[in-house]
Amino acid sequence: MTTPALLVQNVSHSFGATRALDDVSLSVPRGGFTALLGVNGAGKSTLFNLVTRLYANRSGLIEVAGHDLRRQPTEALRRLGVVFQSRALDADLTVRQNLMYHAALHGIARAEARSRIAEVLAQVDLADRAGARVSALSGGQVRRAEIARALIHAPELLLLDEATVGLDVKSRAEVLALTRRLIAEQQVSALWATHILDEIDPSDGLVILHRGRVLFTGTAGEAAAATGGDLTRAFLDLTGVQA
Amino acid sequence: MSGWSTAFRGIAWRETLRFVNQRGRFLAALVRPLVWLFIFAAGFRAVLGLSITPPYQTYVLYEVYVTPGLCAMIQLFNGMQSSLTMVYDRETGAMRTLLVSPFPRWFLLGSKLVAGVIVSIIQVYAFLLIAWFWGIHPPLWGLVAVLPALVLSGLMLGAMGLFLSSAIRQLENFAGVMNFVIFPMFFASSALYPLWRMRESSILLYDICRFNPFTHAVELIRFALYLQVNWLSLGVVGGCLALFFGGAVLMYDPARGFGVRRKGG
Repeated sequence: MTTPALLVQNVSHSFGATRALDDVSLSVPRGGFTALLGVNGAGKSTLFNLVTRLYANRSGLIEVAGHDLRRQPTEALRRLGVVFQSRALDADLTVRQNLMYHAALHGIARAEARSRIAEVLAQVDLADRAGARVSALSGGQVRRAEIARALIHAPELLLLDEATVGLDVKSRAEVLALTRRLIAEQQVSALWATHILDEIDPSDGLVILHRGRVLFTGTAGEAAAATGGDLTRAFLDLTGVQA
Repeated sequence: MSGWSTAFRGIAWRETLRFVNQRGRFLAALVRPLVWLFIFAAGFRAVLGLSITPPYQTYVLYEVYVTPGLCAMIQLFNGMQSSLTMVYDRETGAMRTLLVSPFPRWFLLGSKLVAGVIVSIIQVYAFLLIAWFWGIHPPLWGLVAVLPALVLSGLMLGAMGLFLSSAIRQLENFAGVMNFVIFPMFFASSALYPLWRMRESSILLYDICRFNPFTHAVELIRFALYLQVNWLSLGVVGGCLALFFGGAVLMYDPARGFGVRRKGG
């Protein structure tokens, strides 16, 4: 049996008296696209902060490509690429400078970094914008540059936290299509946190998170089957959220 | 091992790039001490008599006395600028890029600290060069001997900035740090006047100045510039460096959830 790209078992997290995650368990298979679906405040970002070790995990188990985040944080983080919900690039630097910096943070030497940058920028169709300052890019280009940044160290798992937030319809579709293409081409696994149901295909893995608890794990098609193929209805039924 | 040095060089490169991109910051860093040297020192020279105090072996002009204090001031403000950058990075989210690196946090913070010190030392030497043309002539070897003192004092003041940045939740709170930390630290020190002068006015203030780590950073630089070692200051600065850096590493520990804003999702 192959080790999953991400394994989360019985993880809970509280902020004071507020329980943000309650006994969460999920798994992201290798080479697949898994959507983490939940309304705002469901606990998606908290889960991402735990998996990226921005928050320390005190309960349960988190493994990235078989590496325990608590015992082998270096090995686990090395295999992780993250696209944060808000911009994480330095707006005053160029795209190439940002990527050089990120490559260095992963210990990639300059010569190798240069060739990796050319490679990932071509993959995200930003090769011609390498010398542009991030502040001069459009919203969609910034997201693509963020994806390039997350891919620079060739991670096995890509975490994307509401990567299309704030984008227009066209840019949103482009970023989603790009992510799916990269997963197919590079055999990277992805956990795509979203609250937009249109972004999910029936064949995608699906985890529904609501008020810090996992309500469903399976494929989107399986979730929708109970309501005659209507994922929106299935989501509303499961979470009790009013349409 | 090469991965570690690559990461360090990357962090240092980014800090330098940021500094180069912000030309106004370099200018401000130079203008501030030069205003003290050219204007304030000229005024104070007339009213402030200086006795012969170590490391000086003769009467010195006020400009000469104040120069090491102004070097330390550059480093103090640079440390606070780094702290401000950390808070800004945390607010904008850019810091997460640093913190999700596979390298341990003490190393990431340490690299950022050292990078900031390199930038501050460049500023100090630029200031000393201008001061030289203004007639401030410490021994030539003193300009070399002061380097380790600048490294140590820069590290201590930078570590203090790092520690403070962990406690500042919002950029707006930074004005409070200026008013309650930087200015009192600078004025209640031996940077602008010898401590015996302070003792004449108030024993309490004199004691505050003596226990102020910034006083020891100034004295460490002053003595080194004149080819001497102030062992007490060396000990205090080293101790404070360990304390502030240890505190910063502790405060930025993932267990405290630092480096990220709490928001739903």
